[in-house]
Amino acid sequence: MILERKDILGIKELSMDEILLILDTADSFIEISTRDIKKVPTLRGKTIINLFYEASTRTRTSFEIAGKRLSADTINISASTSSVVKGETLLDTARNLEAMNPDVIVIRHSAAGAPHMLAGMVKQSIINAGDGAHEHPTQALLDMMTIRAKKGRLENLNIAIVGDIAHSRVARSNIYGLKKMGSQVTVAGPATMIPRDIEQMGVNVHSSLDEAIKGADVIMMLRIQLERQHLNIFPSLREYAQRFCLSKKNISLAKKDVLVMHPGPINRGVEISPDIADGPYSVILDQVTNGVAVRMALLYLLTGGKA
Amino acid sequence: MNWLIKGARIVDPSQNIDDRMDILIEDGKIVKLGCNLPPARKKGLEIMELAGLVVTPGLVDMHTHLREPGFEYKETIKSGSEAACAGGFTSIACMANTNPVNDTRSVTEFILRKAAETNLVNVYPIAAITMRSEGKSLAEFWDLKEAGAIALSDDGKPVMDSAVMRRALEYAHSLGLPIISHCEDTCLSSGGAMNEGFPSTELGLPGIPAVAEDIMVARDLLLAEYTRSSIHIAHVSTAGSVRLIREAKNRGIKITAETAPHYFTLTDDDLRTYNVNAKVYPPLRGKADVEAIKEGLRDETIDAIASDHAPHALTDKEVEFEYAASGMIGLETSLALGLRLVAADILNLSQLIGKMSANPSRILGIPGGSLKPGTPADVTIIDLQRSWTVSREAIRSLSKNTPFLGWNLIGKAVMTMKGGVVTYNELHN
Repeated sequence: MILERKDILGIKELSMDEILLILDTADSFIEISTRDIKKVPTLRGKTIINLFYEASTRTRTSFEIAGKRLSADTINISASTSSVVKGETLLDTARNLEAMNPDVIVIRHSAAGAPHMLAGMVKQSIINAGDGAHEHPTQALLDMMTIRAKKGRLENLNIAIVGDIAHSRVARSNIYGLKKMGSQVTVAGPATMIPRDIEQMGVNVHSSLDEAIKGADVIMMLRIQLERQHLNIFPSLREYAQRFCLSKKNISLAKKDVLVMHPGPINRGVEISPDIADGPYSVILDQVTNGVAVRMALLYLLTGGKA
Repeated sequence: MNWLIKGARIVDPSQNIDDRMDILIEDGKIVKLGCNLPPARKKGLEIMELAGLVVTPGLVDMHTHLREPGFEYKETIKSGSEAACAGGFTSIACMANTNPVNDTRSVTEFILRKAAETNLVNVYPIAAITMRSEGKSLAEFWDLKEAGAIALSDDGKPVMDSAVMRRALEYAHSLGLPIISHCEDTCLSSGGAMNEGFPSTELGLPGIPAVAEDIMVARDLLLAEYTRSSIHIAHVSTAGSVRLIREAKNRGIKITAETAPHYFTLTDDDLRTYNVNAKVYPPLRGKADVEAIKEGLRDETIDAIASDHAPHALTDKEVEFEYAASGMIGLETSLALGLRLVAADILNLSQLIGKMSANPSRILGIPGGSLKPGTPADVTIIDLQRSWTVSREAIRSLSKNTPFLGWNLIGKAVMTMKGGVVTYNELHN
């Protein structure tokens, strides 16, 4: 099977079969990262540009390692060192990069829809590495890969996503993906962090952590961004942590074999208490490991690879 | 040139006329309406046989942005006038958010001088309510009126300070100058890029809640009531606004309102592709709002349809959605989009023409909007059957930012006449 699309812009437009194809391919790549010599020649001669308009350590590194393990040439461009500071538009930057004939452009941008605009303008494959509060498809794919590896399935699971849903691209991509694969999704957070009409995405909504995680197979805790406090969506970190921190006190409400996930970076003691983050339920570092495999799979499939 | 227009359907809501009649035009004025008018003795009389076409008062657009002075790369008074003629308009009122803002006599005079040089449409400048439209200190209303301003608005920005709005209403009312309010509570709308609702949730774009408009409509109608003045609400986009305006009218408050064609044609669902040409303030709303706008037009809660023609160049638009300029052009599509309401039996043709001619003229207190004998021969000839496609190439406006590109529309102004002079003609295309 091959992936018949030019770009990966979001989970919303992927079919169940496409998601399975990507996850199966990722599974087959996981072994490469465990080798002594972690490199295969699959993408030799291919060029991948990581165009990051927003700070990122995990995702950018993950894409770079994924490309390098497949022998592609990867180039990183971050906004602070590019022509952006000289006032060049995204479109002009993209056209200039296009003129250098890369094969894939990975873009992260704080504005929702930026990758979509790019995809319509350049001939290269575009991978959305996170656009505003819209989608973060590779995160959802690595999350689904992790869940499938641990639970053996993606259907009929109770998934709780907790935190600032309104500003979270991770939440949106995971809702699309996990609903599509046949699981139930519950979102929870203070009402100020729940975006309008989100019920229409087919999720349950709770404003209490206890309610949301009752009987959960998977709990995804989202990062609280301190810089959002000026929007008055939470009074203080202290109060947020008192209401929504996942800890020993409340985790027993979930299923015994619950998985605890977090897209990182963690605010320890705010979203997750340290004992939970480092405890037996946590698969947070598996997520990071799988992230490399998922991104290898996407780079491979988008450049014409067969599964 | 003198004209005898024969055989057309005359629709003139100002005189309650919707009938097959002839019109005689001499020396730039309407002379007579009637059946089987004989050609007068005047020299240079041309007879136009227009069976199957509709003749209306020249259309009046009470809300356009001509961008000159200051933003001539988006539109000029000349290019905007050409677009207006092609859209069937003989009079347009232009908003004050130019650079410099039209808050002083010299800017108003400049606009009028430029308009006279082009002389394709009657251009009526709307001056700012506050200096630089900053919402703080009142502009010199009397002096602006003397210079030729016909109304006041800080359109594009709301007057957030209620005390400033109160004084503006009182002072303007005593001069007979209408105030046009852009209703938006910026505390609620700040940072927003589209209507807040399910589409904004899915698209991950910051939302502008409908209540940001409703709250200011409520404030303004209360201020108009308290100050015993009147107010006109610009570009109504929400069901809440329609309800508030309807209730205020029923209570006898002197309030009038306009909406723009996109608010009864498109919804926030049309932003699904991050189409920057559909980004506009106030934003495209939900289906329930669109239905309420249509009902408001039907039951006369909304008096006028205005284009809110807002040209933006490609450089303002071809950027990330959140950074893109807001607004769409509308002079050349307003009539055809309005005719969709007639086709859908929401308005009759006379109502539509009233909302695009007599009503805006009355609200602004400007001439036009009527075919009464003795008035200047501002006339629009409409082919209700003409099918056409909105295309970049055919748009006269300097900017092409419209979400209707590629739309097939039915009905078009095929001739426009200002003071008996033909300003646009595609009668025989």
